[in-house]
Amino acid sequence: MNTRYLLGATFMVIALIPAQNSFSQQEMVFDDPRVGLAAGLFDAEEAIWNLTKLTTVRPPEDFIGATNTDLAFKDHYVFQGNYNGIQIWDVSDPANPVLAKEYLCPASQSDVSVYENLLFVSGEGLGGRLDCGTQGVDEQISEDRLRGIRIFDITDVLDPQYIHNVQTCRGSHTHSLLKDPEDDENIYVYVAGSAPVRPAEELPGCSGLSPSEDPESSLFRIEVIKVPLANPVEAAIMSSPRIFEDLAAPPVHGPTEAEKIEFEEARARGEFVVSIGPRNYTLPDRYVAPMIANYFSQQEITEPTSSDTAAFREALPEIMSAMMGANNDEDRGPDQCHDITLYPEIGLAGGACEGYGLLLDISDPLNPVRIDAVADSNFAYWHSATFSNDGSKILFTDEWGGGRGAKCRETDPMEWGANAYFTIDENNQMTFVGYYKLPVPQTKTENCVAHNGSLIPIPGRDIFVQSWYQGGISITDWTDPTNVIEIAYHDRGPVSDEESAMGGSWSVYWYNGYIYNSEIARGLDVFELTPSEFLTENEIAAANTVQMEYLNAQKQPTYVWPPSFALARAHVDQMERNQRATAEEIASLRAEINEAEQQEDLSIVDRIEELIRSQN
Amino acid sequence: MKFFSGRFGLVFLFFLCIADPVAAQDSETERLEALFWARKDSALTRFSQADVDFMTGMIAHHAQALIMSSFAEPNGASPIIQTLASRIINAQNDEIQLMQDWLRKRGQPIPHIMIEGSSLMIHGTHDHKMHMPGMLSDEQLKELEGAEGNDFDRLFLEYMIMHHEGAVYMVRELFKIDGAITDDDIYRLASDIHVDQITEIERMKLMLEQL
Repeated sequence: MNTRYLLGATFMVIALIPAQNSFSQQEMVFDDPRVGLAAGLFDAEEAIWNLTKLTTVRPPEDFIGATNTDLAFKDHYVFQGNYNGIQIWDVSDPANPVLAKEYLCPASQSDVSVYENLLFVSGEGLGGRLDCGTQGVDEQISEDRLRGIRIFDITDVLDPQYIHNVQTCRGSHTHSLLKDPEDDENIYVYVAGSAPVRPAEELPGCSGLSPSEDPESSLFRIEVIKVPLANPVEAAIMSSPRIFEDLAAPPVHGPTEAEKIEFEEARARGEFVVSIGPRNYTLPDRYVAPMIANYFSQQEITEPTSSDTAAFREALPEIMSAMMGANNDEDRGPDQCHDITLYPEIGLAGGACEGYGLLLDISDPLNPVRIDAVADSNFAYWHSATFSNDGSKILFTDEWGGGRGAKCRETDPMEWGANAYFTIDENNQMTFVGYYKLPVPQTKTENCVAHNGSLIPIPGRDIFVQSWYQGGISITDWTDPTNVIEIAYHDRGPVSDEESAMGGSWSVYWYNGYIYNSEIARGLDVFELTPSEFLTENEIAAANTVQMEYLNAQKQPTYVWPPSFALARAHVDQMERNQRATAEEIASLRAEINEAEQQEDLSIVDRIEELIRSQN
Repeated sequence: MKFFSGRFGLVFLFFLCIADPVAAQDSETERLEALFWARKDSALTRFSQADVDFMTGMIAHHAQALIMSSFAEPNGASPIIQTLASRIINAQNDEIQLMQDWLRKRGQPIPHIMIEGSSLMIHGTHDHKMHMPGMLSDEQLKELEGAEGNDFDRLFLEYMIMHHEGAVYMVRELFKIDGAITDDDIYRLASDIHVDQITEIERMKLMLEQL
């Protein structure tokens, strides 16, 4: 592939917003119950659609006023990170979470993961202490500071034992656990940090110089910690893969089907459409006018005719390619990932790494290999990734403004701070297919941008529940990633309508039938899905048959549906919604399922799935 | 004994609740809400002079980026540079407000910026630090203001890369100062500036290669 072309194309996306892309079809909605909600900390007005809120539990006193962060799940416990430590909720009764343990141990961001009897917590800020003290660390170089991973033994969940630390050069902003299907003796922690490198005087070997100045630079790499399960206190950094090397020319996504049609129409209308790399752009008049003038003056045409204009049209591709200029292939790329989502069952990871979205082969846990990279100049900062359950698609989020900023205002471009969707082909190459952004404007005191989420295991569909900070929670159907549809939401008014105060949904995940939301300021919310035109009772019941023993959203689980009558009915509901069968056929299938249920004959599930396969 | 006191506590609480559940709930909510804002307030006392100097300086530093970016449209920058410039304006305008808020809440002098053409005036602080790393000299700013078209694109990228590198340097220097960045807000802001501007520098270097 011609590198120059690709690079030019990358920045042409900045330059020329496609006349019509899949995203611009999604417009900001002003007539929505989420607009104009009254402010308040614990009494903000709320708007909810196709969800039921079971409860909100406030943080314990020591955690009030400190930022709640990510969630992890094990059995009937929810682990909620907080800049002040960890809160462990017993959700045996999800409508009544009970605080099982609060563990004061300040660190930002306190992202949490669990595996068997181990709990891992990220520390990045300068105030994190090895002794969990709340006094912070004032000195620039200190033996007391923790920046890296804390490891707890949670054999007794109610009494976590702080057993070990692994210090890293840039601290741990986030981390992801990798359980290699081939390796039952170890677990691996991929560490990402985004703050400046700490001095070598504090942690020997750390170097903030660029790799060209120092081959041992702590930049341009991630850290992989190997944790022997039999002896976790021996956990240590085992490799520092430089997955960004030679990342100079990421392919850019091509046009969507909707765009292609639109461009044909634009051409027919006589507009100037140019192709650069894989994408098409309609040139706005203000760019066309000077280009035409320039072209005519070069050709010494003083009184242009329509044939001269046609000649210009012919020459346009060449002019554009000249404008793109020459390229020298110098190695460049991002120097850290924000988040890495590991999907070991398909051997892939999605890395959201500053200006790039990466696809990594993780079949060798210590040596992840980059197999594809995408860039999108509408994306400021690639933040996190989620695969579809079958691994054929991936969505990336853009945390434009870092999560502090109010980036969902009426005036903020809809294509910035959004999700971008890509298909993954059999050669593991990603192709852009569309965008989605929270469709409702938020106020200027509400921090808002795309953030964390997880899949809801509705069989046969790709349903994503996602945090948008003070934009609330949005549940979307991305089965067709060119046409992402919102199917449920919850939102609160701002924490304050006078000043910017951090709040909103940090992360929201589906776990064993319930949706748990880590609210930065307000605590922990628990929701259930409500049947609607978008989701039937049977689909929800089928989702709820998926039971997990633990969940860390950055280690994406494969959802498998055990045979159930709910699953059979969900399939039939979907056939009805998608008009894949007549009303009579639907009625007769439902009768068959009722019959099978009476006879406790689950083979009906296979028969219906066979029928669906034969339809496809 | 412990068992009994625990049980007693629970029973006691139970009676409190049935006595007037709504009132008890409301007053607890009020108490926690007051605690929330009190903690936000008390966090405001935990800062150092280095933090204040950083915020004050970075406001002026960002303000110059606004001036540089404001030239893009009138000077006939290419569309790619115009979009970059409008992103910088959006991002750094917001950050200036965040930094002003940070100083305001801590009772520190707030630099108010006034931009007229290429001249930047800062009011409200005694210390007008205008020679921070990566900042353009008046001559360089004039040079940029006078550049047009392709010349502008190149100069803009070169100067903005330098400007951003100065901001990254300022963050790294702040991280080296004892007692700095103890507060979550400044930690988040400084590390966001660090990572955002590194990302943008890489993007601009690539753009420069394409000119």
